[in-house]
Amino acid sequence: MTTSITERGTEMRSYYGRPILKEPVWKSEIPVYFFTGGIAGGCSVLHGLARVARQERLAKTALYVGAAADVVSPILLISDLGRPERFLNMLRVFKVTSPMSVGSWVLLVSGGASTTAAVLERLGILKRVKVAAEAVSFLAGPPLATYTGTLIADTAIPVWHEARHELPWLFGASASASAGAATALWLPPEEAGPARRLAILGAAGALGWKEAMQRRLGFVGEVYEKDEAGRYGRLAKGLTAAGAGLLAMRGKRSRAAAVTGSALVLAGELALRFSVFKAGFQAARDPRYTVIPQRERLGSS
Amino acid sequence: MSGYSAEAKPRMGFFTDTSVCIGCKACEVACKEWNVIPEDGLVWTGESYDNTSTLGANSWRHVAFVEQREAARTDDDSEDPLRWLMSSDVCKHCTHAACLDVCPTGALFRTEFGTVVVQEDVCNGCGYCVPACPFGVLDKRHLPSKPGDAPLELPLLGKKEDGRVWKCTLCYDRLKGGHEPACAKACPTDSIQFGEVDELRERAHKRLEKLEAEGWNGAQLYLDGPEDGIGGGGAFFLLLDEPEVYGLPPDPVVTTKHLSEMWVTTAIAAAATVVGAALAFLGGRS
Repeated sequence: MTTSITERGTEMRSYYGRPILKEPVWKSEIPVYFFTGGIAGGCSVLHGLARVARQERLAKTALYVGAAADVVSPILLISDLGRPERFLNMLRVFKVTSPMSVGSWVLLVSGGASTTAAVLERLGILKRVKVAAEAVSFLAGPPLATYTGTLIADTAIPVWHEARHELPWLFGASASASAGAATALWLPPEEAGPARRLAILGAAGALGWKEAMQRRLGFVGEVYEKDEAGRYGRLAKGLTAAGAGLLAMRGKRSRAAAVTGSALVLAGELALRFSVFKAGFQAARDPRYTVIPQRERLGSS
Repeated sequence: MSGYSAEAKPRMGFFTDTSVCIGCKACEVACKEWNVIPEDGLVWTGESYDNTSTLGANSWRHVAFVEQREAARTDDDSEDPLRWLMSSDVCKHCTHAACLDVCPTGALFRTEFGTVVVQEDVCNGCGYCVPACPFGVLDKRHLPSKPGDAPLELPLLGKKEDGRVWKCTLCYDRLKGGHEPACAKACPTDSIQFGEVDELRERAHKRLEKLEAEGWNGAQLYLDGPEDGIGGGGAFFLLLDEPEVYGLPPDPVVTTKHLSEMWVTTAIAAAATVVGAALAFLGGRS
């Protein structure tokens, strides 16, 4: 048996320093899905509001970008399964106790609606069905953008579970930023105003929520300073801030600046998803993050 | 068990009394034999007599060995005390089971005996239960892929990566046939006791009282009642030191305990994405 002295000066006992929790078995498809699912959800919102505001070019672009992300997302999820041929088993049941079950249904509805709307838009037929599909997609978008935060919070991994009040906000902000940036990429600046401002707003929100989350996590939050979570985190911060800054200062006048800024924001948000993803693995690997908070909880009760 | 009506059986479980464990690992072997669990490589860890190290897809019982420079009894005043703790760990078959809650396919279910079992013909290997378990019990089955590590071709599996998750079934098939689980059957000292959970809990409290009266150092029950964060284990333990010494979490909590507040946060954050996007439209078209 090993006794280790933690950085906080607390003595902690463990079984040969071995982890108590299992590391997740998810592969890199999952953080990429968090990113594409966020684009799909955010674009549904952007597209719906653009329709209301009668900005048709913006609406169409957001619809197409969102539908593309909605098509890629389930492919990523199926590819991550241990038994991909059994992906339909996700639809055997609907369980509100499982964010993955709820999310599978949300993605099914969102993907079905947005791809239907996009195809009908392209063909220019069945206007009423298209509008109905757009409405459904608009309703499924917001939960699609935020549920993935709760998906990982609903685990025993302390760095995820203890951030359960921040992760849906962080992922929602990141989804908005990436949806705005992904849409602004395809539009001339004079048509891209709302998309560009959504990218800036979302980027600022994501930077703020990440910082707030790490601070509130306290001891467990230190994994965000270390190894891969730390490297992806610093990369995300730099890329997002640079991209949002460029969009804010030059995005309205220069197409080149808008494209560069959008690409930087997208890269930053992707890195952010990887930072959060890797933090879970790092926290599971080290028994200190499991035992010390539990001991403190027992001591204070 | 609710939902089974006439077919419901009394809740069955394990009481593992580590004070009489002799570290023979008969439970590990019997479990592997009965459940046809593949070998997953031979590694010498140097961690006392433990070369299994942890529960996982290919180890449903795991005997922990802890060597301590501590006295076994409180009245032992020898200068150089020594004790050797051994404990056979297993899936806890929680009253509030996170793995079962988060499983999106319904592959994990609660049996008529109150135990928690994976239906291997339904599991699609999504992996959600793996980080959801507060004890790190479930895992996907990864078989060694390097030649020479371990058997490459297992006749019963036929492939190297199985993809699904595996864990203790509390020998569901044996229970169905009226038999006790293989590990309990093989245990030569009755350290692993199988029976109705209510009766085992009574027995455990009596045993603890006896050990306390005899002055055993650190004797304590773990997961023995509904007060803890998982509502008690269908498999629970009498330990001789703190849980973390055996690689067990001192205060496990089922993650779905906080799920309703998580859904509320998710909904508010979702609404906020609409508000945020609406704000982005305030500045006009360009």
